[in-house]
Amino acid sequence: MTSLIHARGLIKRFGDFTAVDGIDVDVQRGEAFGFLGPNGAGKSSTMRMIGCVSPPSEGVLEILGLDPRRDGPRIRAKLGVCPQLDNLDIELTVRENLTTYARFFGIARKEARRRADELLDFVQLTERADSKVEPLSGGMKRRLTIARAMVNQPEMVLLDEPTTGLDPQARHLVWERLFRLKQQGVTLVLTTHYMDEAEQLCDRLVVMDGGRIVAEGSPRSLIERYSTREVVELRFNTDDQAAYADKLAGIGDRLEVLPDRILLYVEDGDGAADEVNRRSLSPAGVLVRRSSLEDVFLHLTGRTLVD
Amino acid sequence: MVTLVMPRLLSFEGTGRRAASVTERNISTLRSAYWVVMVSGFLEPVLYLFSIGVGVGALIGDITLPGGDVVGYAEFVAPAMLAASAMTGALAETTFNFFGKMKFVRLYEGILATPVRPIEIALGELAWAMARGVIYSAAFVVIMTLMGLTTWTRALIMLPATLLVGLAFGALGMAVTTIIRSWQDFDLIAAGQFALFLFSGTFVPPTAYPEVVRWLIEVTPLYRSVDLIRALSTGTTGWLQLLDVAYLLALMALGLTVAGRRMAKQLTK
Repeated sequence: MTSLIHARGLIKRFGDFTAVDGIDVDVQRGEAFGFLGPNGAGKSSTMRMIGCVSPPSEGVLEILGLDPRRDGPRIRAKLGVCPQLDNLDIELTVRENLTTYARFFGIARKEARRRADELLDFVQLTERADSKVEPLSGGMKRRLTIARAMVNQPEMVLLDEPTTGLDPQARHLVWERLFRLKQQGVTLVLTTHYMDEAEQLCDRLVVMDGGRIVAEGSPRSLIERYSTREVVELRFNTDDQAAYADKLAGIGDRLEVLPDRILLYVEDGDGAADEVNRRSLSPAGVLVRRSSLEDVFLHLTGRTLVD
Repeated sequence: MVTLVMPRLLSFEGTGRRAASVTERNISTLRSAYWVVMVSGFLEPVLYLFSIGVGVGALIGDITLPGGDVVGYAEFVAPAMLAASAMTGALAETTFNFFGKMKFVRLYEGILATPVRPIEIALGELAWAMARGVIYSAAFVVIMTLMGLTTWTRALIMLPATLLVGLAFGALGMAVTTIIRSWQDFDLIAAGQFALFLFSGTFVPPTAYPEVVRWLIEVTPLYRSVDLIRALSTGTTGWLQLLDVAYLLALMALGLTVAGRRMAKQLTK
């Protein structure tokens, strides 16, 4: 089986700046694949190359088995793209945004209308079909953009930060729709800097930092490999959390000092919290939780994802 | 009904079909308020024709064309107004509106994620600008003919000529728009456009100016357009009009090439 995305040593430069610095990626049909990383990690540049709207500077890139440099229009005909910033057509209505977009793919008018109605129903916007785009909420606009990305029945959907800037309720609605697509067997490729998004949606992901891939695997396997089972978050009433680091020595596998708290990486969170109390360090706050991708990222790069 | 049958009769795949989908998008944006824009664009050349062609013309009397034919002043001015309105119509759509779509509403970014390519957007926008320009031109030639400034047969031949003028200026406008950076630069375009309008043999034959100025006028695109349409309108065509046609075709090809390349460069970094 050929990969839908096949990249080897892929590089993107803008003048002197290298946005993507030699990455290898393979995405299989039916997968939900994620690029996880902070802003500026090179995720969007990678997505634009995959979407065939930005030529690679160097390296191998094959999309759907075709060469983006030569077969751009043929590849784009089979992709759905949901960009980071909505670029809906503000001069058209909600429904027209879908029917007009379908025409760019050469879909007949009647079929375009049929698909538009079906997709509006799918993203729960049927009642707003004749409204202009402007008055829609952020979540509605994003759902409309996702519907627009589906209008050509794509083999693969690219979603760049699909829920950035949405309130929690709107995010869950988007996730739920994306999960539905995934169940239908649509290949999803998304970028995100939200841990929970990556954990909820991705079968497999790569962690990017500074234009490079620093780790790859399923969310669970990444956590197992790069973190411990549980984490104890300690907050001390001081401006200098680091001063407590020495006093915590020996508890758990390792610790991370952040400006506002200390993270203890341990197998048994409650046991570790008891040990902290035995040493009478009296932290102002103690939180025991399971490890997440945030911890993986912190371990790999020494930085938090969302600043 | 026509739109439903057309695609099946004309199998136009690839570039033509994709460019047409961009034109179609613009047609979808048409709202009832658009007629205000249409009326103002149509009125401008008509007002010039009556105020200067007929009004000032009464003081001037007749004018001798380069070939020796003598025509009334209104007959002299009317075809120039037609050429100028074809220019204005094409530039309105391909400068101001095109710039907004390129830089601010991110419209093309969405379109380029589909199989449509930058040059096809340029072609589609140009076709759209022409649709608007042709309506102005058709209305204007009807007025010219009713005023007895030309004949119905000549009016029919003038229409495709105005289309050519529109295509050349539309392509030029797009090329210039991909180069300019801010809304302020449109003042420069407007100034240049007005200078062309005043001096391209529109109200005064270029022979009335000193030799150097005359040459300068004769190489401008609007002069070549005026020359072509005036010859058709007064029935005084000759070999020189083939030069006009070649000039305008070359301008169109150049403009489209530049616009397509620069759009690709700016939108697909």
